[in-house]
Amino acid sequence: MKTIRSRLILIGILVVLSVLSILPRQTAVRRIDPVTGQMKDTTDRLVPISLGLDLQGGVHVALEVDQSKGPVADCKDAISRAERIVRTRLNEFGTLDPVVQIVGNCRLLVELPGESDPARAMNIVQQTAFLEFRITDMKNVFANALPAIDKALKDAGVRSTSKAPASAVAQLFGSDTGKKKKTPADTAATDNTAGVLSSLLFQGQVPGEFLVPVEQAALVDSLQRMPAFISAMPRGFDLKWGSETVSRGARSYKTLYSVESKPIITGDELEKATARRDQVNNHSVVVFDLSRRGGRIFAEQTGKHVHDYMAIILDGRVQGQPPIINDQIGAHGQIDLQSKPLNEAMDLALVLRAGALPAPLAVVEYGAIGPSLGKDSINDGIRAGEVGVALVIVIMIGYYRLSGVLAVSALALYLLFTLAGLATFGFTLTLPGLAGLALSVGIAVDANVLIFERIREELQHGKSVRLAVDEGFKHAMSAIVDSNVSTALTAFILYLVGTGPVQGFAITLIVGIAASMVTAIFVVRTFYMIWLDRRPDLTTLSV
Amino acid sequence: MIRLFANANYDFIKWRRWAYALTALVIVPGFALLLHRGLNYSIEFTGGTLIQLTAPHTDISKIRSALDAAGIHGAEIQSFGSDSEFVIRARLGASSAEQTSASSDATAIAVRQALDAGLGAGHYRPGRTEAVGPKVGRELQGKAFLAIFFSFIVTLIYLAVRFEWRFGLAAVLATFHDILTTIAFIRYLNLEVSLVVVGAVLTMVGYSLNDTIIIFDRVRENLRKFRRQNLYDVLNLSINETLPRSILTHGTTMATTLALVFLAGEVIRPFALVMTFAIFTGTFSSIYIAAPVLMYIEKRWPGEDARGARAYTGPVGGKDAPPSLPTPAPNKPKSLPAR
Repeated sequence: MKTIRSRLILIGILVVLSVLSILPRQTAVRRIDPVTGQMKDTTDRLVPISLGLDLQGGVHVALEVDQSKGPVADCKDAISRAERIVRTRLNEFGTLDPVVQIVGNCRLLVELPGESDPARAMNIVQQTAFLEFRITDMKNVFANALPAIDKALKDAGVRSTSKAPASAVAQLFGSDTGKKKKTPADTAATDNTAGVLSSLLFQGQVPGEFLVPVEQAALVDSLQRMPAFISAMPRGFDLKWGSETVSRGARSYKTLYSVESKPIITGDELEKATARRDQVNNHSVVVFDLSRRGGRIFAEQTGKHVHDYMAIILDGRVQGQPPIINDQIGAHGQIDLQSKPLNEAMDLALVLRAGALPAPLAVVEYGAIGPSLGKDSINDGIRAGEVGVALVIVIMIGYYRLSGVLAVSALALYLLFTLAGLATFGFTLTLPGLAGLALSVGIAVDANVLIFERIREELQHGKSVRLAVDEGFKHAMSAIVDSNVSTALTAFILYLVGTGPVQGFAITLIVGIAASMVTAIFVVRTFYMIWLDRRPDLTTLSV
Repeated sequence: MIRLFANANYDFIKWRRWAYALTALVIVPGFALLLHRGLNYSIEFTGGTLIQLTAPHTDISKIRSALDAAGIHGAEIQSFGSDSEFVIRARLGASSAEQTSASSDATAIAVRQALDAGLGAGHYRPGRTEAVGPKVGRELQGKAFLAIFFSFIVTLIYLAVRFEWRFGLAAVLATFHDILTTIAFIRYLNLEVSLVVVGAVLTMVGYSLNDTIIIFDRVRENLRKFRRQNLYDVLNLSINETLPRSILTHGTTMATTLALVFLAGEVIRPFALVMTFAIFTGTFSSIYIAAPVLMYIEKRWPGEDARGARAYTGPVGGKDAPPSLPTPAPNKPKSLPAR
C-alpha cells in the first residue's frame, strides 16, 4: 500500500510538472506595429513548444564566408562576428524568435519563423553584408586606361554589339551635361567609337563616376568578368555599380564607379548611426560615430583626401552619390542623402548601426515555406496522428481488454510526457518530428505488448495472477531495455550527424523512447498494483 | 480473450534457403536498376533549387512555357498531390559544381520572376522554396553514410556488451540486409531520396534492430533454460514464443505508418512508405536472416560449449534452474514442451 502511494505521488508530480511545462504562458513578443512601423513589445499567450519552419512557415538561410575573392584568414572569427551582427540586426527588424546559429566551422544558419516575405528576409541578412568607405578614382586612372582596355577586349574577340550609333547617344547625353568639361572618358567615347567598353560609358558628375544606359548594364557586367578585362584593369582600382538608376532626358542610366581597391575604413569600426532630418536644408542625413581606433584611422585618411569623393560601398554597391570630403573627419561623421525620404536614411542608419560584416557572406542554402503550407502540414500531420492513435487504441483494447485500457491510459501520459520533454528542453517540433511522434505511439505500446504477452505466458504456465504479473514485468525488462537503448543510440547518432529536420526527428524519437519506458514500465506497473490491491481475490486477469 | 498465434510451432529456420532466395529476388534486380539509373536524389543532396507552388488554373505545360520564355530550360516540373500544386526542380549539373560561392538563391529569384511574367503575379501562390549549394549537398551525402556506419559500430559494441559478439554480428548483418532491401524498395518506387527519407532509413535501422533484439533476448533466455537443446530448436522456439508480440507490435506500428501514408500529406508520404516497408523487412530479417545467420556464425566460430551461442555463462541455479526437458530428438522442434 505504501509503495503504491509513493508511486502515485511520483506519477502525480510528473504529471503536474508536465502540465505546467506545456501550459500556454505569457511571452513578450517583438513585432513591427503595422500602423507606425516601429518595434513594439506585445504579450501573447503561447504554448511553449516551438514549431519548426516547416510547420509555421518562414525562411531559413545558410551563409558562408565568401572565399571566392581571396581566402579569409580566420573564417571562424569572421563568422562569429557575423553571427553577432546578424542577430542584432534581426532583433531590430522584428522577426519573431529568429534563430541565428553557427553550424560547423564557418557556416551561419539563420531561421526566421513566420517570415512571410522571403525577399525582405534575404535583404535583412544579406544585402547588409559588407560596408566599406573607399575613395573614388580621383585621377581618372580608369578612364585613361579605357583605350587599352578596349584594345584588350577587342583582341580577345569581343565585338561592339551596341546597335545605337555612339554619336547619337553622345548627343543626347551631351545636351544634358553640356556644362561639364570634357574628360578623357568622353574623348575616349567619342574618339574611339569602335571601343567595345568605352562606347557604353559616359562620364558622370563626380570623378570616377560613369553612366551606363540601363539596357547595356548587363553587357558591361559581362565584359567586366572577362579575363581580358581583368588583366587590363589598372591595378589598385575596382569597378563598382551604384545602387540606383538616374535619368538623363528620356533615358535611364545606371551608375558605375571606379574606386580604389583599398578601403580607407570598413564598417566594423562603426559604432553608432542615426538618421535624422537636417533642420537647415531639410535633407535626410545619417550621423555616425566610429570607434576610437576607427576614428584615428578615419581622421588620418580623410585628412589625406580632403576634397576627394568618398564612396560608401555596401555589399559591393555604391550607396547614393559619393559625398565630397570637405574637411578632415574624425570619429563623428555625417552622410547627406539630400532630398531622399527619411525612411531611406533610416534604413541606411540601421545597416550602419547594426554594424557591417567583417567579411562578405554568400548564401549556400536557402529555403522558404509559406505559412499556409505550414498550417496544412500541421493539420495533415495531426489528423494522421489522431487516426494512428485511434487505431492503436482499438487494437490494444480489443486484444488485451482491461489491460489494454491500462496501456492506453498510460499512452495518454506518454504523449503528455513527450510534449513536456520537448517543451522543457526547448526542442523544436518539425514535420518529420510530428511523424516521429505518431510513429513512436505505435512503438510505445511495444513495451506493454512485451509485458502483457509475458504475463499471458506465465499465466499459462499455471502461475497465480500476482506472480504472473511480477514475473511478466521482470522477464520482459531485459528485452525492453536492450531494444530501447539500441534504438535510442541510433537516434542519438542521427542527432549528432543529421541537420535541421532530421535532428528534430531524432530528438522526438529519443524523448519518446524515454517517456515510453517510464509509462510502460513504471506507470502500468502501478496501475496493476492498484488493480490487484483492490481485488485481492482475483483469479483471472483480463489480459 | 483473443490470442493470435499462441503456442505456435512453426519451423521457421527450415525455410531459410527459400527466404534467402526471396530476398535475393528483391535486392538483385533492385540494385541492377540502381546501377542502371541511379537513385532519385533530392536537391538537398544534389544541390539546386525547388519551388512548390499552388496555381489553380494552370497546368505543367503553361508553367514550362513560362520558364522557357525566361530562358530557364531543363527544369523538372511535376504536379504534387493535387491538380493545382506543382513542384519545379532545377538540379545543379556536375558542370556547375564549381560555382560553390555563387549565391544559391539566384535561381529561385529568376524562376519567380519568370512565373510572375508568364502566369501573372497574382495567379499563383508560392508554397515552399528551397535552394541548396553544391557544397552543402556533397556534405550531406557524406553525413548520411557516416550516420549509418556509426550506428552499426555503436550497435555492434552495445550488443557485444549486452549479449555476445556473435549476436551483435548477426543483428548487424540482418540490419544491413534491411538497408539493402530498403534501397531496392526506394528504387522500385522511384521515391525521392531526401533528408527525411534518409531519416526513415535510419529509423528503420533502429526498428529492425529492436525487433531482432527482442527475439535474441528470448534466445538468450532459452539457451539458459534448455541447456541441452540445440541451437536450431532454440531459435525456432524463441521465434514462435515471440510471435504474438511481433504480430501485435507490428500491427500497431503499421497502423500508424499507414495513417501517415494516407493522411499526412505529400511531404511525409515517402517517409511513411519507407517505414511501412521497413516493418516488413525488419520483421522478415529478424526471423529469416538474423536467426539463421546466428546459427551459421555459431557453426563457423563455435561458442563456449558444443552447442554454442552461450550468452550467459554465470551460475544458473535456484529459481532459474534449467527445467528437465522431455528429451527431444534433434531437428524435431515439434517435440518441444507444449507451452
